[in-house]
Amino acid sequence: MQLSNLQLDALKEIGTIGAGNAATVLATLLGRRIPMTVPQARLLPLSEVVDALGGAEKEVVGICTAISGDAKATILFLLPLERARHLVRLLLHREEGEGGVFSEMEQSALGEVTNILTGAYLQALSEMTHLQFHPTVPAFAHDMAGALVDSILSEIGQVADYALLIDTDFVTDDEGEGVRGHFFLVPDPDSLPVILQALGVKDGCNQKER
Amino acid sequence: MAQSGWCRAPGVLITSGLGSCVGVAIYDPQAKVGGLAHVMLPDSQQARSTENRAKFADTALPDLVEKLEELGARRHRLVVKIAGGAQMFSFSKNDERFSVGRRNVEATKRVLGELGLRITGEDTGGNHGRTMIFTTSDGQVLIKTIGHGEKVL
Repeated sequence: MQLSNLQLDALKEIGTIGAGNAATVLATLLGRRIPMTVPQARLLPLSEVVDALGGAEKEVVGICTAISGDAKATILFLLPLERARHLVRLLLHREEGEGGVFSEMEQSALGEVTNILTGAYLQALSEMTHLQFHPTVPAFAHDMAGALVDSILSEIGQVADYALLIDTDFVTDDEGEGVRGHFFLVPDPDSLPVILQALGVKDGCNQKER
Repeated sequence: MAQSGWCRAPGVLITSGLGSCVGVAIYDPQAKVGGLAHVMLPDSQQARSTENRAKFADTALPDLVEKLEELGARRHRLVVKIAGGAQMFSFSKNDERFSVGRRNVEATKRVLGELGLRITGEDTGGNHGRTMIFTTSDGQVLIKTIGHGEKVL
């Protein structure tokens, strides 16, 4: 499956609107403004997903949400370990133990951020497609990037050959230090055409104004 | 991922970041040839596209054994070590989603049984990722993890 530039632009646009929604909610949660941008949306072959994250053995935090509804999908929000720690400090306003395992409190804080991002993205997607999406409660894991990605991909990998990667940058402190989160939307094989059709860009030409 | 490799001693075969996938190291200690498969799914019969035979337990393992026999291995001498098949994410308890790790391990064992191969080492299940480093000079398989230590099979 090849996506045209127009189709990628449409998906990226949803990402940008979703990031805007998410920034508003995060700002309420943290009591300050969190500028967010979506520098790129890419469709990656499954075999390149792990390389895009810095290798199969890279230690990451991953939070996974399964989406049911009109177009089934899995969303995986991945953060490099040190960035996840940084985000936890910002969320909980305290220093937690370094290096070791994430406490339940920390996991649930990261889960909440994921909920917000997922919800914001799905809301944007839903408004533009008039499709219904229902996310599950997110599941947390802290392990090798390869192991997390391979689990998601095998679950849908019967036929899927691609994943949509939406990088999300959010600037989280006064020095402008950012957190880049990798937000993967992995549509079930039958779902991407449904989404593209609903967006009016199924054939690579814009039919929205028909 | 979803690839197999094989070589003669002293080659080293590595598969990194196994989650629900199962790494299968097959070794002939006499001929000193080894192969490593990275099984992603249990059954090619249930897939729509079976172009990549190395993805599925029921096609990857017979193919790999054949390759090893071409390199001089004898089937009755082959020993097998398997690792992986974890469940990295857990949703609610009765959710069948993300049970593919368990199903991969079951299918791998069934196919190995059908091929008449014996498993002499296993580190499967749980909820953590694994890297397998298979040394074909001595048949040792080193399992590396994040936060769950190392072990040698």
